[in-house]
Amino acid sequence: MELDIFIVMLASPLVSGLLLTVAGEREWAPNLNIIASGGTFLAAVVLTIDIVAHGPRMAFGEMFFIDSLNVFLVTLTAFVGLTTSIFSGPYMKNEREHGKLSVRRLRLYKSMFQLFMFTMLVALTTNNLGILWVAMEAATLTTVLLVSLYRTPASLEAAWKYFILCGVGIAQALFGTILLYFAAERVLGETGNALLWTHLVEVKGQLEPTIMALSFIFLLVGYGTKVGLAPLHNWLPDAHAEGPTPVSAVLSGLLLNVALYAILRCKVLADGAVHEGYAGNLMMGFGLTTLVMAAFFLSRQKDIKRMFAYSSIEHMGIITFAFGMGGPVANFAGLLHMTLHSLTKSAIFFTVGHAAQKTGTQLMEGIRGLIRINPVIGWGLMLGTLAILGMPPFGVFASEFMILTHAMKYYPWATPILLAALGVAFASIFGKVQAMVFGETHAKPLPHAPAITPVFVHLSIVLMLGLYIPPYLTRWFHEAARMLG
Amino acid sequence: MSAAIPLSTQLINLCASVILLLAFAMLAQRRVMPLINLFAYQGLTLAASTLVVAFTTHQAHLYYSAGLTLGLKGILLPWILHRLVRRLYVKWDVESLINIPTTMLVGIGLVIIAFNVAQPISQLSHTISRGTLGIALATVMLAFLMMITRTKAIPQVVGFLAMENGLFLAATSATYGMPMVVELGIALDVLVGAIILGVFFFQIREQFDSLDIRHLERLKEH
Repeated sequence: MELDIFIVMLASPLVSGLLLTVAGEREWAPNLNIIASGGTFLAAVVLTIDIVAHGPRMAFGEMFFIDSLNVFLVTLTAFVGLTTSIFSGPYMKNEREHGKLSVRRLRLYKSMFQLFMFTMLVALTTNNLGILWVAMEAATLTTVLLVSLYRTPASLEAAWKYFILCGVGIAQALFGTILLYFAAERVLGETGNALLWTHLVEVKGQLEPTIMALSFIFLLVGYGTKVGLAPLHNWLPDAHAEGPTPVSAVLSGLLLNVALYAILRCKVLADGAVHEGYAGNLMMGFGLTTLVMAAFFLSRQKDIKRMFAYSSIEHMGIITFAFGMGGPVANFAGLLHMTLHSLTKSAIFFTVGHAAQKTGTQLMEGIRGLIRINPVIGWGLMLGTLAILGMPPFGVFASEFMILTHAMKYYPWATPILLAALGVAFASIFGKVQAMVFGETHAKPLPHAPAITPVFVHLSIVLMLGLYIPPYLTRWFHEAARMLG
Repeated sequence: MSAAIPLSTQLINLCASVILLLAFAMLAQRRVMPLINLFAYQGLTLAASTLVVAFTTHQAHLYYSAGLTLGLKGILLPWILHRLVRRLYVKWDVESLINIPTTMLVGIGLVIIAFNVAQPISQLSHTISRGTLGIALATVMLAFLMMITRTKAIPQVVGFLAMENGLFLAATSATYGMPMVVELGIALDVLVGAIILGVFFFQIREQFDSLDIRHLERLKEH
């Protein structure tokens, strides 16, 4: 019975993805997309309730492992997947009416979207660090053709950059995995268990420190490429700006999280093997560099999706820094920030997509007076921006506040850098969004009414988490934070 | 000392040095077709070296890996690339903008760095092929250098695949290969990646009338 729900969760995106490959242009295809995502989400919720009640468990022998850390990311992934598929229905129809996409490309979009969800769920739940690598690479492969969906010169360039940079990055992660396997095999023997996380975590103190130190650097840089950590972040703004908006929303809201999750799993092992603080210091360094770099690039952006892509890089920097500090409080804040960033950023991309569709441009100087064309979209963008910039009462304020106070207490030197970067980011984004929301406009209405519900569902959860975190959620976050050490 | 080294280790070392030599040859090769052939030879040598390790250590799963390498990297991928090159009419593409002597010198520097990095790790290893870990890392780095210096799409992809060859050599030399399920997954990813890239080449060509990725330099921070 328990196993069934896990199979349902993995099978729903896989089967519907394959089905949409052959039947993606039918009338009911967009509905199937939503139903499949809904099924995945329901299965994830049931699985979560089960894990919260009965503790961690395995599936398929020792192939899959679900504990409180990954089950919360599974639910988040399934939830954002569901809202994105609801959003993409009318959005993609509008793109077709505008003549930007053919029926065949819509079919490609739907099937690849479901297969992408499948690879991410496998990456999150697998117990084998080698399969984790395989699933991360597969996630890149499913989205490359989505980034180039419009077949414009710019989108082809973005997809090529995405493929090559992530390919190079992921190759380094593979070398890191090989080194990790080498270190593990010396302790666990050649039984084939040496890449299973549950076995590794039991012997993490005995792993050879020299090899583990080298392995973690390769893993951090490799998976860090997909997180968008500097200096290998260049693919991210291009892929987000040139791909269709639903793809930007899931890349930003989900893929970055999953890549960061891979780093966290490896960090737990490196912490056990190498002296205290080695992995954490590396992550803090990468996080701060990324944050500062992104903050200063924000003010130079002209394209709205590019700007919010840089904002994703900025937030990934903050989260990496938080996990680098370690300890129950910083880990709690990091997990909370991960959740809030996914929800807020995907909501922002939904409104940005509709705004760009209405005004026919992604350039910010062309987008004006959203509040007059469609007050709901205008307010959605304004509230989303306030939320992502860390304004109270939204939840991002709470998590950023926790990260800042923790940094002040243990790493005071980092506080001015954090504050300056957050200030610069605030000034650059707020000024630009204000001009877009208010001001004069002559845009025409859209043929299909946009799906606005997902935006406000996301934003209300973010608002709620800022005012009140339900006790079971707190317990769950605490447990996950404790596991991270 | 040399008399004490068993024949199998000598064979493995020979294969590894051939792989490194081929990596240098690929770095210097400007034409597309010979480059793909060099990549195929590298795949074949890799399969041969894996086979020798499998034969000497009686590791059953290494026979499968050797077969997989032979089929995928020695035959299937070069065949796909050959077909692509013919279908895209870029058979006679020659790259002009690379300074070969400088690239080779940088390559030698990378090999020295790779050997230094690999030294402490190979000392901890007990496999008969541990000496080749440095060569494996050097192959990865040379492939990386090739990706940086090339301006055409297909040579960049060959560089990407050669990097995977180096990683595979690293896995066999340090640990007698990864678990079978992981190796199968990696092979699947490489194959799907190559097919997707094939589709992608046609899209690039349709748009730009060329596979020169210098056209793909518009998205920059201004």
